[in-house]
Amino acid sequence: MDYPAAYKYTKEHEWIELNGKWGKVGITDYAQNSLGDIVFVDLPKVGSSVEKGKVFGSVESVKAVSDLYSPVSGKVTAVNDDLTASPEKINTDAHGAWIMKVEVSDSADANDLLSKDAYETYIKEETH
Amino acid sequence: MSTTAAPAALRKTALNATHRRLGAKMVDFGGWDMPVEYSGLIAEHMAVRTGVGVFDVSHMGDIQLRGPNSLAAVQHISMNDASKLKEGQAHYSALLYPNGTFVDDVIVHKFSDNDYLLVINAGTREKDVNWVRQNVGRMQGVHVSDYSDLYTQLAIQGPRAVDVLRKLTDRDLDGIRNYWFTWGTVCGLHNTLIARTGYTGEDGFEIYVPSDVPTSERVWNEVLEAGKEFGILPSGLGARNTLRLESSMALYGHEISDEINVFEAGLDRYAKLDKGDFIGRDALEAVRAGGGPKRKLAGLEMTERGIARDGYAVLSPDGKKIGAVASGSPSPFLKKNIALAHLPIEFIAPATEIAVEIRSQPVKAVVVPTPFYKRPKKQA
Repeated sequence: MDYPAAYKYTKEHEWIELNGKWGKVGITDYAQNSLGDIVFVDLPKVGSSVEKGKVFGSVESVKAVSDLYSPVSGKVTAVNDDLTASPEKINTDAHGAWIMKVEVSDSADANDLLSKDAYETYIKEETH
Repeated sequence: MSTTAAPAALRKTALNATHRRLGAKMVDFGGWDMPVEYSGLIAEHMAVRTGVGVFDVSHMGDIQLRGPNSLAAVQHISMNDASKLKEGQAHYSALLYPNGTFVDDVIVHKFSDNDYLLVINAGTREKDVNWVRQNVGRMQGVHVSDYSDLYTQLAIQGPRAVDVLRKLTDRDLDGIRNYWFTWGTVCGLHNTLIARTGYTGEDGFEIYVPSDVPTSERVWNEVLEAGKEFGILPSGLGARNTLRLESSMALYGHEISDEINVFEAGLDRYAKLDKGDFIGRDALEAVRAGGGPKRKLAGLEMTERGIARDGYAVLSPDGKKIGAVASGSPSPFLKKNIALAHLPIEFIAPATEIAVEIRSQPVKAVVVPTPFYKRPKKQA
């Protein structure tokens, strides 16, 4: 699987695509694969605040619940409502199926996120 | 991820390497390194409901009781009435503690008047074997054998299971009724035990073949090959769990345990209190004499958005905790979120509104009749 070089990654397997202070967040292909068939996404509320490293929602597969951790702090400007009816879109296109858009409050938040290469190394270690 | 070796401490079936080659996701299930899914849980679940799937269930245990007093032994340690079994017939039963709670649930197979096979759960294997030995191991005329490691047990399940197995055996399968068994040649192996049993709520068979790796792999591959035209999928414990939950079949540690008695589990129809004495009978008589259980297993269906999971609190409409979810999951076939929970009897009537606490929020649910899913009757 190709992990986009333009994205940054967390060790909890979220990705964020940053464009200035605007961020788009989803979960990685590795995450969707370990979860299996995703059947439920608990989205945050538009306008709510999210905090870096804190839970902002959850995704559930048939067999497991997985919390979503925000890669940055900020305000939720949009959520992907498509995922309520079609959560399986995360399985088929994890890096396209964004979950929320955030207005990032501190751009320095992204500094310690993983690059594509660092994330790929990280998941390789995690599977061994 | 699929190519790494199993952790050394976990036990493996003869098909462990095969599962890994197929790219299965492996999990620790009761100390066994087992496949949880191959192509995907939902696809595997649907294959079994609409076509056919095959499961490696070799981690299940097998206890044989033989000798002139074997029936007396089976009657003493299990709650169903094995004297009613004919040769070649099996039934659902359970081993009970004296207080009427569960050592395990079992399938009792009658080979002959002097020969019975108990098929037991993986997670409770040692406990069950010890329990049987302790209670009837010294009885005159009874010989207890643990044959768990001798068999690779494959469950071929689904409406097309019969079509798959027909290609691999010389036996007339139509003559084997549900919960009956026979012996026949399967994949060239003589005297293979073929039972029309399973844990999915579908028609299907369980076959018991020698547990050496080459034989096990050959039979597994021949089953997959024979099933190709019917869309067979190797299926994991994930689908096995959702299939049995839709059919409201008990899982040890969830619906039944050493803290839940037979009445509470709703399995009293399998406890034959009039058959004579057996371990746990007095306690069950006392429950019955006392007006029945105070709580009982009920089926729940979520009416608001949310998935009830194992262990989540069940709440009364006014927010009091009245129980916990024994098993809860999305139902792939019914496309609803379902659960089983032991609830106080005033809450178990269908249509009773309750709630399940999900991430600190009460989410509405309603009590529904079980099983959630019942397979359609075969057309004549």
